[in-house]
Amino acid sequence: MSALSRDDVAHVAMLARIQLTDAELDRLAGQLDQIVGWVGQVNEVAADDVPPMSHPLPLTNVTRPDEVRPSLTAEQALANAPEAELDRFSVPRILDED
Amino acid sequence: MTTAPDLTHLTAVQMADGLASGEFTSVELTQAHLDRITALNPVLNAFLQVDIDGALATAADVDARRAAGEELPRLAGVPIAVKDIACTQGIPTTAGSRTLEGWIPPYDATIVTRLKDARMPILGKTNMDEFAMGSSTEHSAFGPTRNPWNLDRIPGGSGGGSSAAVAAFLAPLAIGSDTGGSIRQPGAVTGTVGAKPTYGGVSRYGVIALASSLDQIGPCARTVTDAALLHEVIGGHDPMDSTSIDAPVPPVVEASANRDLTGLRIGIVTELTGEGYQDGVQARFDESVQLLRDAGAEIVEVSCPHFRYAMAAYYLILPSEASSNLARYDAMRYGLRVAPEGVESPSAEQVMASSRDAGFGDEVKRRIILGTYALSSGYYDAYYGQAQKVRTLIARDFEAAFEQADVLISPTAPTTAFKIGDKLEDPMAMYLNDIATIPANLAGIPGLSLPSGVADEDGLPVGIQILAPATQDQRMYAVGAALEALLAQQWGGSGSVLDRAPEVTTGAVSEEAK
Repeated sequence: MSALSRDDVAHVAMLARIQLTDAELDRLAGQLDQIVGWVGQVNEVAADDVPPMSHPLPLTNVTRPDEVRPSLTAEQALANAPEAELDRFSVPRILDED
Repeated sequence: MTTAPDLTHLTAVQMADGLASGEFTSVELTQAHLDRITALNPVLNAFLQVDIDGALATAADVDARRAAGEELPRLAGVPIAVKDIACTQGIPTTAGSRTLEGWIPPYDATIVTRLKDARMPILGKTNMDEFAMGSSTEHSAFGPTRNPWNLDRIPGGSGGGSSAAVAAFLAPLAIGSDTGGSIRQPGAVTGTVGAKPTYGGVSRYGVIALASSLDQIGPCARTVTDAALLHEVIGGHDPMDSTSIDAPVPPVVEASANRDLTGLRIGIVTELTGEGYQDGVQARFDESVQLLRDAGAEIVEVSCPHFRYAMAAYYLILPSEASSNLARYDAMRYGLRVAPEGVESPSAEQVMASSRDAGFGDEVKRRIILGTYALSSGYYDAYYGQAQKVRTLIARDFEAAFEQADVLISPTAPTTAFKIGDKLEDPMAMYLNDIATIPANLAGIPGLSLPSGVADEDGLPVGIQILAPATQDQRMYAVGAALEALLAQQWGGSGSVLDRAPEVTTGAVSEEAK
């Protein structure tokens, strides 16, 4: 039984903002279906009463004083920008035109 | 031009001692490594960037300070390679990805600052699987690294650049990162030493994130003591990393002087031996166990029944975290931006989707999609949630095991280095390389791999892994150093398994590389 169809992969890829080509979908869909089937093994373990573990350290809410510290200059922050304008990141349109 | 052609073959300790006694200078030592990199990197592809000027400037500064009688850190003047996952101000940092090609970090990772404070010349940045996703370095966008033992073989991954550099004497020390074995498995398949400290033991500020609950930075070296010295330089609390442990670095250097195993309880993990392990890997492991027993250690067998689900849990937790971490590559503030073809005035969303398609390789796409799926509504409980519960059970297995043993041991990887290309189209086969290393990342405990010999069937190196309880990193160094000394006695020569590695030649490449 297929856990993950080609359409599922295309849908999830778009949720992850990756525009896969048809050739990539052909290649990746089968592999992902196999991997999803395999990782599903975790459900063989009876673990209803087991607490989930999100990370290995018994640390919570590490805080620091809210003080101004040295940080990057605008020039440094913009140095790697694909496009910059007027000391700001320049991005494609974010709204539909119509 | 170097005064002593063998400078690159010294251990880091010998280099530090030679510098301190004035036998040679840091400029000579650093230049010897740069010369070797120039000669051999075209074959090995271990380095993505070489910082000749920066390395020599640090070396010259160390020499001047030493001449002036200044007190210097132990490893001052000893060169080092840094995995391309750590930000280096002014030096391109890619994490092996097309997305970050040409990106120049505006700041240093804390570990890089610590290397600079220790006055260690940074030779350059080493190759890796893209965003550290892989076990062979074949997933680098900039071509695979080759194993110095056999140029047709993989050097492990994701830190294959660091392991190959150290094994081929291009650098005595290197920085690695280990999310599921990326320091230890490359160490095993190249005949070098690699250690993953306790989760939180080394700062990750400025290190490009893969899976934040698993990632850990650690040392790559040719001896256990050298690894411990580097561990001490990079370890310890960093206020810039809120997951960093606020406690002194475990006494790893002191521990690496240990030769006494009397009464130590060493546990063999049943689930991490036997079936699925190559004959030569198992044989070298069994020999090491016998050496440990003869030296007075008590060998016990322990069972960790939930380890059989560790791979599945890991391949849910890692992709889930990675899919979130890699959402930052949105083509807006840095990184590759590619407009979709045939779309007039594309939206930010469309540009993001086409940029990520162009910038990420197959393995990164697979894992992001898998993680997005595992976290998506309706599947979360069955996949990510359940994996987190299995993770608890694996941590409990370790807790129970460490009640019976002071350290645990296993082969580091199930096989020796496989051929480049062999597993590239079979992701599941690739994943299984990390079967013995992944449980430690899930539980957050430290692990160290050191060479245990070469496999009879292929003449390639084999590693043995030593695991210790969280924050008890010194235990794995103590056992590792003692075993290393016992093996060296058996092997003779310099005591290093690298004595048996063939000399890398430039013959296989074009004239210009020679």
